Amino acid sequence: MSENSGRLDGRAKESGRLGGSLQSSAGTRSPADFPVVFELSCPGRRAWSLPEAGVDGPTLEELLPEAHRRKKPPSLPELSELDLVRHYTRLSQRNWAIDVGAYPLGSCTMKYNPKLSEEIASLPGFRDLHPFEDDELVQGGLDLLGTLERALCEATGMARMTFQPAAGAQGELTGLLIMRAFHAARSDTRRRVIIPDSAHGTNPASVTLAGFQAHETPSDERGLVDLDALRGALADDVAGLMLTNPNTLGLFERDIAEIAAAVHEAGGLLYYDGANFNSIVGLVRPADMGFDIVHLNLHKTFATPHGGGGPGSGPLGVVERLAPFLPAPVLDWDEGSERWRWDHDRPQSIGRIHSFHGNFGINVRAYCYLRSLGPEGLRQVAERAVLNANYLRALIEQAFPTAYPGPCMHEFVCSAARLRKLGVRATDVCKRLIDFGFHPPTIYFPLVVEEALMVEPTETESKETLDALAAALNQIADEAESDPELLRAAPVSTPVRRPDEARAARRLRVRWTPAVTGGGRSQP
Amino acid sequence: MDFLPHTAKDIEDMLSRLDKAELEELFEPVPQGLRLRRDLAVPEALDEVSLRAHAVELAGRSLGTDRLICFAGGGAYDHHVPAAVSALASRAEFTTSYTPYQAELSQGVLQALFEFQTLVCELFAMDVANASLYDGANALVEAVNLAVRATGRERVVVGSTVHPHYRDVLGTYTSGLGLDIETVAFDPSRGLIDWGAVDGAGAAALVVASPNFFGALEDVSEAAARAHPCGGLVIAVTDPTSMGVLAAPGHRGADVAVAEGQALGSPLAYGGPYVGLFATSERLVRHVPGRIAGETTDRDGRRAFVLTLQAREQHIRRARASSNVCTNQTLIALAAAVHLCWLGPSGLARLGEVCVRRTAYAAQRLAEIPGCRVRFPGPHFKELVLKLPSAADEIAPGLARRGYLAGPALGRWYKGLADCLLVAVTERRTRADIDGLAEALENELAQ
Repeated sequence: MSENSGRLDGRAKESGRLGGSLQSSAGTRSPADFPVVFELSCPGRRAWSLPEAGVDGPTLEELLPEAHRRKKPPSLPELSELDLVRHYTRLSQRNWAIDVGAYPLGSCTMKYNPKLSEEIASLPGFRDLHPFEDDELVQGGLDLLGTLERALCEATGMARMTFQPAAGAQGELTGLLIMRAFHAARSDTRRRVIIPDSAHGTNPASVTLAGFQAHETPSDERGLVDLDALRGALADDVAGLMLTNPNTLGLFERDIAEIAAAVHEAGGLLYYDGANFNSIVGLVRPADMGFDIVHLNLHKTFATPHGGGGPGSGPLGVVERLAPFLPAPVLDWDEGSERWRWDHDRPQSIGRIHSFHGNFGINVRAYCYLRSLGPEGLRQVAERAVLNANYLRALIEQAFPTAYPGPCMHEFVCSAARLRKLGVRATDVCKRLIDFGFHPPTIYFPLVVEEALMVEPTETESKETLDALAAALNQIADEAESDPELLRAAPVSTPVRRPDEARAARRLRVRWTPAVTGGGRSQP
Repeated sequence: MDFLPHTAKDIEDMLSRLDKAELEELFEPVPQGLRLRRDLAVPEALDEVSLRAHAVELAGRSLGTDRLICFAGGGAYDHHVPAAVSALASRAEFTTSYTPYQAELSQGVLQALFEFQTLVCELFAMDVANASLYDGANALVEAVNLAVRATGRERVVVGSTVHPHYRDVLGTYTSGLGLDIETVAFDPSRGLIDWGAVDGAGAAALVVASPNFFGALEDVSEAAARAHPCGGLVIAVTDPTSMGVLAAPGHRGADVAVAEGQALGSPLAYGGPYVGLFATSERLVRHVPGRIAGETTDRDGRRAFVLTLQAREQHIRRARASSNVCTNQTLIALAAAVHLCWLGPSGLARLGEVCVRRTAYAAQRLAEIPGCRVRFPGPHFKELVLKLPSAADEIAPGLARRGYLAGPALGRWYKGLADCLLVAVTERRTRADIDGLAEALENELAQ
């Protein structure tokens, strides 16, 4: 029997927001197919409004030699501005978002993104700075970056930080290249980087890209790094270890001090993947656990909007002895002139990792968040994130048992394997959950748990929302017993249902063409 | 100010459900010795009113292109961002969503990315595009990695007229991979590479920028003629705003086209977030890095969009993935797509014409100043190299004091060009702005 007995009717959502937008799609087309922007095109129509060249002198044809001229402009759609606005507004209505409802996607930290941060990032003094302006002209922006660097170094225990990495994976590569440069500077060639089997896919991919070999180490029955296996893998060719703590199972690696000692003893460095930093901010510092290199995902812990898949920001911090290797330039406070300045003279730097200074606009938002919360607020973030996760876990653990015992941190991984005998998969649970008005959790990750559901409610969801989410999940577990077809038929409330992914890969259509995708503009 | 919904009673009830008395008990797995027993030494919390006032004060301590007339370029440009683009790209349904793993709840972003890919293909005359990369430099790196994988070769020839930062990033990214990256010098009289003299033998790729870092137009076709007979690829770095008037990379023999997409709908924002555009030919699709949105049908036969070819990606293939990219720049890609639809073919052509003709006017006007000349002859797209009578990095600050932003000065990367300054002219720079810059420069030099 479900913990929360309030019955919900998923089908009641059918006429809801996402379903409703389907009805209102472009009037002249079959309601089955929402139009692609090219299908709205009408030759001669336009949205643009631009000045004339307004200068004397040669014409375009006189200025550009024939060989360099485009014969025919690209076939972009031709729309009125209203057509354009409606199209993208309707597309937005076919999209779930934190501002629409709960989004407990494990490992992604889909917390509320404060509106004030957006407003501040659009102030001209931040938004309209050219990356090649002299330091003297952008002291306000540099002061923001300098303060943010100090605060994030304080929160992680690192000595210095670079803001060039545009996302976590780019931070990982930066950190691994620093690891490589550190060993190389000591004429030490080390080939392997150790990664737990529960790690994010970006970890091994970054290891390969940095020119190392990824060596996978197993989890033990606790869901934690198997210390003996790790010790067995350590040797003088190990450059370092990459670890997420808490790990992707939402469990704190309680042996971290021993792990760090063992890796350091073997001459390796410890890399902290900050994907799950939200659960320990203000409570535990990566440096105090023994880590030498840290990346943070500001779009997770520091509440910057995920933007449908980016932009993020993945600043990378290091301990003092690794600071010389950071990407150049590095931001310094010049005591003499009392000015911030970029120091380009970094002979041991690994080089640039970004075209300019990283995703500055995102860093402005992270700064606002940090200044909103202060020290106490940051600690409460971690406490409430952990409270919410444990509470939700307890409410659903009978229906969806967790893979490993004990309390979790900010997220937990439970399993729908029990339902397989009923012919129901984790993905069916997720699709059914959509009909109850929730974004599903992450599924089939980490790979070490069968039929995994990875749930991260975040600290900004209320108890009522968690209760409703648990009630929905418990009801779905009941439905799996009583009427499994309901799950296999889900979702019923969305504009499209169970798109065929195999077909997408087999019959590849990754751009619109009139020939294969329908007949161009629909006639009125 | 926090954003936490919990009342004291909520916390009490939730802990009680967990049979805990204190929040502290939830952290039992964290060894005591590791815990921070003090507050973080970060600035105290601010309320919304105070934080806004603080931010306005901080922002006011920088001089942006709202207060300086911007002729600065070098890969970041002061283009007009249409109001419709800002409005649509800031819709919270887009901004507060994430990577579209659940297709049913993400048709908006997935379709927008599918449309973006199509627009990028049209722009560059290529077959396939991905759903964006971090920035122009990153797109170039990924193109080189694709060429190395596709050809099994390690030699890469890069023009010295490719953005110096992109070349720096390429060096950083590939430092662990042992690639042989060779930089070709440019002709000091023309500011162009003599691609006809480049040996393509054994090269995975030739990398050519057009318009190049000096705003000049390189011969992509000639690079293709050197690379293709030897089995190598041509990677063209280009400017999307030029595609209404300049020949597309795909029409000139490029196998991969990459670009910085900032000029399409994104503010300067001190260098980011921007977006890397990446397109190539169909035969290379399985080597493409990053997310790709694809069309399919749903259970009811309706058109639907999904992330496709995921077997290339890090979350499936892990150590053998085609790239480590995960989070990309979706929202910026969406803004670029909206901007391209706002422009349409005629708007893109107009934009290109305005840039080319005003840049030509600026070239003529600035060359009239005693001691100044245009360092490399045209044609130019929207940028030119202005030779000054003395070190450019000493003159540029004086121009800024007179209200004009120009540059960067080129001596940082090109020893022989220490007296040279980049000048970029977008559709936002009027004839009066150009005359004003010329006057300011003349006065500055006379001082």
